[in-house]
Amino acid sequence: MHELGDAFAIAMALVVSADSDLLEIVGLSLRVSVSAMLVSCAVALPLGAVVAIARFPGRGAVIVVLNALMGLPPVVVGLLVYLMLSNAGPFGGLRLLYTPTAMIIAQTILITPIIAALSRQVIEDLHQEYAEQFRSLCVPAHTAMAALLWDARYSLLTVALAGFGRAVAEVGAVIIVGGNINHLTRVMTTAIALETSKGDLALALALGIVLLAIALLVNSGVMALRSTSARHAYV
Amino acid sequence: MFDAALYAIGALGAMTGRSPPILPGEAHGLVLDVDGQRLIDGVDLRLASPGVTVIMGPNGAGKSLLLRLLHGLIPPTAGRISWGGGPLSEAVRARQAMVFQRPVLLRRSVAANIDFVLKLRGKAAAERRDALLDHVGLVDHAALPARLLSGGEQQRLALARALAIGPEVLFLDEPTASLDPASMQRIEQIVGAAGRNGTKIVFVTHEQGQAKRLADDVVFLHRGRILEHTAADRFFDRPESEAARDYLAGRILL
Repeated sequence: MHELGDAFAIAMALVVSADSDLLEIVGLSLRVSVSAMLVSCAVALPLGAVVAIARFPGRGAVIVVLNALMGLPPVVVGLLVYLMLSNAGPFGGLRLLYTPTAMIIAQTILITPIIAALSRQVIEDLHQEYAEQFRSLCVPAHTAMAALLWDARYSLLTVALAGFGRAVAEVGAVIIVGGNINHLTRVMTTAIALETSKGDLALALALGIVLLAIALLVNSGVMALRSTSARHAYV
Repeated sequence: MFDAALYAIGALGAMTGRSPPILPGEAHGLVLDVDGQRLIDGVDLRLASPGVTVIMGPNGAGKSLLLRLLHGLIPPTAGRISWGGGPLSEAVRARQAMVFQRPVLLRRSVAANIDFVLKLRGKAAAERRDALLDHVGLVDHAALPARLLSGGEQQRLALARALAIGPEVLFLDEPTASLDPASMQRIEQIVGAAGRNGTKIVFVTHEQGQAKRLADDVVFLHRGRILEHTAADRFFDRPESEAARDYLAGRILL
């Protein structure tokens, strides 16, 4: 218990003094997870909108698959990306394994189904409200899709932040494809796992505190956004 | 506020210079079945001249369904609808507009709701939008989120948005239901102005007073069938069908 107290004090000192190692790890974590979120949004939001609006054979199956993929185990994603990027894999020539890019790819694959499935639900709900009016106005499908994405922007931002939260907190995929290499691919979650196994609880705790703070900030941001948009009747 | 000059600048009213006109609108043997139930039962209707046609009838008579069929929002089970002698195509529908009982407004500002439609029709212009908002008395609310407007204001915005496309036919499905008398009067003024400026109005209402104020002709619908289609004065003075007489006397309850 005494050791834990000491570790916590050292952790707080690391956070308050903005320790350079700590900042480097936090910075890389944010860069990787924000990039994964942005790439995922570019793919998943239009995908969610298309599945929400379009009626085609097999649409129900697509929705079931998207929903099921929300529960993708990170280690399985890590393994698949590893197989793709390893020297023997189809993309081995790109030499991306054990780089931040590989981590971004893994996290993107992990959170794309989450953002696509949640955005599909959000957009479909809004589309039910708009559908008859859009049909009356002869709104073309691509314009309807853009309008729905824009009008659902506050809810979709919440969806994107949920994806970011999932990405920044996962460890299984990034440790497989990133390798947890110091000053290169070490992010908060992999560093916590490593430092805990080494018994360096102070750095692990400091990183844990930062991770919790980020989760808190993201959730506060989501709440603030939702209350602002609700106040202005945009939700 | 209802200055004909607003129509002259092309901000309001039916678009001119497009040919051929989409009137008359005709329905022949129109049938709509839903879940084995016949909701529209062999309707024949001709909407030939500009002016205001009011569709009346008790609850469940099929008034809103008939409006949606005429506008092409739902396909009939059987029968045929034509506008200007041709089929009810997307091109024809683009020259019509509809205002629903419950206004469906985009989650944007008042001005952005109008801009959306103007842009859709390639007519985006601040002057046009401001003229429309001024016409419906909402120019001071342009920057407000549309959903913060009162019920009457929301319906006026929906009406302005419908007028923004310059419709040749404007369908209104009980647009004043649950509005206060002042809001109702405002809507009637705007609709009346559009009708006088060449837009064909097809208006569904339960309000006999409103129908008397607006209608040039009345379509009386009962159990999915048109029992009367006649001049408004004649309908209210000498309804021919027993159902219409009962309806006007408040004796029909469905």
